[in-house]
Amino acid sequence: MVQVSRHDIVIVGGGGAGLRAAIAAAEANPKASIALVSKVYPMRSHTVSAEGGAAAVARDDDNFELHGFDTVKGSDFIGDQNVIEYFVEQAPKELALLENWGCPWSREEDGTVSTRAFGGMTIKRTWFATDKVGFHMLHSLFQQSMRYENIVRYDEFFVTKLLTENGACKGVAALEIRTGDYHAILGRAVILATGGAGKVFPFTTNGAIKTGDGMALAYREGVALKDMEFVQYHPTGLPGTGILITEASRGEGGYLRNKDGDRFLVDYDYGVGKKAELGPRDMISRAIIQEFEAGRGIDDEHGLHASLDLTHLGEAHIMAKLPFVRELARTYVGVDPVHQHIPIRPVVHYMMGGVDTNIRAETDMPGLYAAGEVACGSLNGANRLGSNSLTECLVFGNSAGVHSLEYASGTNEGNEASLRAQAEEEAARVDSLRGSKQGDEKIADLRVEMNRVMEAGCGVYREQETMKIAEKGMHEIRKRASSLHLQDSSKVFNTELVAALELMNMVEVAETLAVSAAHRKESRGAHTCRDFPHRDDQEYLYHTMAYRTEDGPRLDRKDVALGHWEPQERKY
Amino acid sequence: MSEGKKTIKLEITRFDPDVDEVPKTEEYEVPTEPGWKVLDAVNYVKDHLDPSLSHRWSCRMAVCGSCGMMVNGEPKLTCKTSLDEYGDSIKVEPLANFPIVRDLVVEIDGFMDKFKSVKPWIIRAKERAEDMENLNERGTYSQSPDELSAFKQFSMCINCLLCYSACPVVANEPEFIGPAAIALGHRYNTDSRDEGAAERNEVFRGEGTVFSCSFANECSEVCPKNVDPASAVNQAKLGAVVDWAKGLILPRGGA
Ligand SMILES: Cc1cc2nc3c(=O)[nH]c(=O)nc-3n(C[C@H](O)[C@H](O)[C@H](O)COP(=O)(O)OP(=O)(O)OC[C@H]3O[C@@H](n4cnc5c(N)ncnc54)[C@H](O)[C@@H]3O)c2cc1C
Ligand code: SF4
Ligand code: FES
Repeated sequence: MVQVSRHDIVIVGGGGAGLRAAIAAAEANPKASIALVSKVYPMRSHTVSAEGGAAAVARDDDNFELHGFDTVKGSDFIGDQNVIEYFVEQAPKELALLENWGCPWSREEDGTVSTRAFGGMTIKRTWFATDKVGFHMLHSLFQQSMRYENIVRYDEFFVTKLLTENGACKGVAALEIRTGDYHAILGRAVILATGGAGKVFPFTTNGAIKTGDGMALAYREGVALKDMEFVQYHPTGLPGTGILITEASRGEGGYLRNKDGDRFLVDYDYGVGKKAELGPRDMISRAIIQEFEAGRGIDDEHGLHASLDLTHLGEAHIMAKLPFVRELARTYVGVDPVHQHIPIRPVVHYMMGGVDTNIRAETDMPGLYAAGEVACGSLNGANRLGSNSLTECLVFGNSAGVHSLEYASGTNEGNEASLRAQAEEEAARVDSLRGSKQGDEKIADLRVEMNRVMEAGCGVYREQETMKIAEKGMHEIRKRASSLHLQDSSKVFNTELVAALELMNMVEVAETLAVSAAHRKESRGAHTCRDFPHRDDQEYLYHTMAYRTEDGPRLDRKDVALGHWEPQERKY
Repeated sequence: MSEGKKTIKLEITRFDPDVDEVPKTEEYEVPTEPGWKVLDAVNYVKDHLDPSLSHRWSCRMAVCGSCGMMVNGEPKLTCKTSLDEYGDSIKVEPLANFPIVRDLVVEIDGFMDKFKSVKPWIIRAKERAEDMENLNERGTYSQSPDELSAFKQFSMCINCLLCYSACPVVANEPEFIGPAAIALGHRYNTDSRDEGAAERNEVFRGEGTVFSCSFANECSEVCPKNVDPASAVNQAKLGAVVDWAKGLILPRGGA
């Protein structure tokens, strides 16, 4: 029996984007009932791990035009310019609100908020709270959200399906992890704020929960996943674990060095020019791989890597601005950055692609909205600039909250019996999976295989042949994921069942990624093909749209919203 | 970092309320890699030896707060705790002082209520719209680096709940609001932007709050983030008393 509950809007995800959406809606209408559904307690969401900062114009020498152009250029000209303009204009207000809600932003002596340099940003506009920005933002938002009695939380509920009526979204079906019970959480509108999908790769900065669930939920209902080929590799992950060492380390003055101790970004031409360590992530990740290929990588107990040198910054500066970096380096590679170089290598970090949305955070499905990393509103195009995405969670979380509420007030609540029936069917499907010994595929093994295929085919450098192998490989792995062998038949906190559902989501997302990548025969932003080393605006200045079919994704294209910034060669 | 691979014995608490009357212990042989944390070994069991094992984790970088467990009897953040700190046999149990849901997963509903009870948000006398004269042209309140450092430490809590497992008062008096919740309330009380200390001190003067603390200091010793909740409790006690005394002289908390 599913349990039915009713709300005005249902938000899936309690990270930065979901919490911001919830607060926006709760403030816009104190009478509206807002469900906040999350597979982990909100403060565990992966926004918590963000380190470096959040971007918004804050200084007299900065303006929207400059932030806008940096973002467009960073995107390699397939960010949507109307979205970017809206974003940069909304950004300062959003970060100021966070301040008003208690976020402990680092300060100048005069009491104003400090800003730091970040990759690809021409002005210091990245607001920070030492190097635990995501943590402080998430906790501030979560604590603030507790004020609103009209936000109803469903903690540790795993959403497995969107409930629809006549093509409009009217709620979600969710597994209550603690009890194994099923719920139909109904609402006139639904917002997906489920975050990214880094876990489709083996080596990533992302936590265990970033499994692309929201992307798969929308994709299964016929909504397009857009620009999935663009995967951001962050230049500085710790070997072994993939734990991030923030770009703020370079913003604060750190150097990247090769095995000879040279600052290779200065000594060789990698297209980042005078920006050197403050170049954009795609370019620096490629530079590191080229250093490896030229035999200038460091090879020791950490495997092949380059190094990040902060020693010249001094202990006082590191403790004032980068204390978490020091803690992480000491704990996870046994290195104290005050005295030693930190081993680093490029690591999967962020999905530029995601559920296709517009400037109002709407998807193509009436009543379905998306915000944060799950969404692709085309702010980031082919390469996100560091510190834009935390702000994106706020700007578009707010937009989704406000617009979904507007929509909800003008639409009906749907037929309970039919929505309940969909949820019953979903509950039966998931029930039959629990402890199912039907198939013979092991979750852990299939996950490893997916990871291997994706890394081999869709890495920093890609080739037609290897992408085609990944495409075929993911197609097979997706099929195999429908015959999993599960051993845990308990209803209570069955994490094996959750892992199975997550794997089934990841294989869908990974397949769209491989197929979208193989189709784009050019190099743009983070998508770099050895066989097609140049950007080709003639053929490929468009968004890739992937629609689900049983046989694999069907691709289509969508125009890029151009504007007053003309595409030009991307040089720094 | 350790010298090389070795196989360890992991004893893990198992409990499924659907079938078990009481928790039991299972033993697993885990081949470990150099540099592994306790969480890596638990994940190895889940992935390779027994997929029915249930535990919480996500960030594996000591910031999401979900992987707290008892390791050889002490509350630890398992993604931050190196296997090298232990010998060849390690006992892993669910966090003490919480009801067990299953295996290594505990119920934290009670904590979530306590957390909310301290009103963990900025309280201002006026709504934002009427408060504009206190905001600068960028829409932010002014706060000096010194004002920031007055509360910063207490804002570092990741809600991992190790301090509740270590606290002798929580063990005897489960309703005790506990170290992290007090530190959180105190964090807002000491934030220069906040004007809600009187309301929170009211909460702190209630039963089972700051005055239940017996100064054991265990909480600060186990805290993986140096929040020092014990000192927050001490300061909060003082604040609650001073505020109460002021209230005796000036009606309405001195307002
Ligand atoms: C290590 C790291 C450092 C970063 N640093 C920065 C930085 O300095 N600056 C910057 O701008 N960006 C940074 N980023 C990127 C940025 O942090 C993320 O893009 C952003 O936080 C994503 O927030 P979100 O709200 O979209 O998703 P998340 O915070 O990932 O939240 C997703 C939510 O959805 C819920 N959920 C997911 N699936 C389901 C389901 N099936 N059912 C129910 N609930 C579900 C989860 O429980 C969670 O609450 C960083 C990212 C990483 C990994
Ligand atoms: S005060 Fe420390 S031990 Fe207690 S919950 Fe917070 S971080 Fe964990
Ligand atoms: S897994 Fe996040 S704190 Fe350990």
